[in-house]
Amino acid sequence: MKKIFAGIALGGLMALSGSLYAADYAIDKEGQHAFINFKTGHMGFSMLHGRFNDFDGSFSWDADNPENSKVSVTINTASVDSNHAERDKHLRSDDFLNVGKHPQATFVSTAVEVTGENTAKVTGNFTLNGVTKPVVIDARFIGEGDDPWGGYRAGFEGTTSIKLADYDISMDLGPASAVVELDLTIEGIRK
Amino acid sequence: MHLKNTRNSYGLVSILLHWVVALTVIGLAILGLWMTDLSYYSPYYRSAPFWHKSIGLALLAVLVLRLLWRWINPRPAHLPNHKRWEVSVAGVVHGLLYLLLFVIVASGYLISTAKGQGISVFGWFEVPALVTGLPSQADRAGAVHYWVAIGVLGLAALHALGALKHHFLDHDDTLRRMLGMQGRQLTDSKEKQA
Repeated sequence: MKKIFAGIALGGLMALSGSLYAADYAIDKEGQHAFINFKTGHMGFSMLHGRFNDFDGSFSWDADNPENSKVSVTINTASVDSNHAERDKHLRSDDFLNVGKHPQATFVSTAVEVTGENTAKVTGNFTLNGVTKPVVIDARFIGEGDDPWGGYRAGFEGTTSIKLADYDISMDLGPASAVVELDLTIEGIRK
Repeated sequence: MHLKNTRNSYGLVSILLHWVVALTVIGLAILGLWMTDLSYYSPYYRSAPFWHKSIGLALLAVLVLRLLWRWINPRPAHLPNHKRWEVSVAGVVHGLLYLLLFVIVASGYLISTAKGQGISVFGWFEVPALVTGLPSQADRAGAVHYWVAIGVLGLAALHALGALKHHFLDHDDTLRRMLGMQGRQLTDSKEKQA
């Protein structure tokens, strides 16, 4: 009898504890606690910033075994927003994102390599404009824990950079704009 | 030549308005197709859209003026040799040309103002954004702007072919009176006698 109670207690404890198992999280899209921003040069004079407003995804995270973590994100590329109607229309056209033909961009991780206490390199396949290439995101774990509203959250940020030409983006904006930096922040709520 | 129309001839104002609109529309179409294909490093990358938008909004004022002028002037009668179907087809084409030119201006306006930015008219003043943030506003307005413009070019070609047919095949005054030339048809002398 004691053993059974102990077993139930242990089981309950393990179920309650977030860090013992890899748990699945959904990106907090509703609360808008996730950001996909990008940045590229403007002719060598300054930097141009923009973002994608509509994306969703999920990740699994296990603080004890970060290598087992996985993440996948799908971006609706028509939501590109650089705060300029004509430029955004141009970015959606076939000179850039070609959203009519390729409405979604995706990132699916394939490997996580821990590099420090809270940092890792997340390798994955990034698909943009119908072209899939491997990219490595330099990621940082920010924090996890109970939120005040009954949920359990974990969040990360990461950066990577892509060459537009690698994704068949043909428009020539000059050498300062050949590479685009992507800056991601995602917060997930445990499912 | 009279400024105002008469029952059988166009006055100077109507003739000028017609040709100014015709040349402006064709010019804007060429400018629009050309400027959307410029490289980012073209010196015209910024100035061409500026002129396209400024002239387009100025055209709106001319179109309104033209409709008002048309409304307060006598309408020259159809030439008597025009067949019923010619008169009806011409009527539909004229009506569509007026309507679609307004659609083009409105859709062009909706592209540039989709995110709340106004449109500068020759740097003199700015037309504010009134309608913003409709779903895919800039893209949908852009598609309407492009295809309706193509449609107007087609209708304008039909309109011009009709005028040339009247001039060269029917030998009537349809084109001559829109050029402000003396009539060569009997109608005028008949009218004068009457």
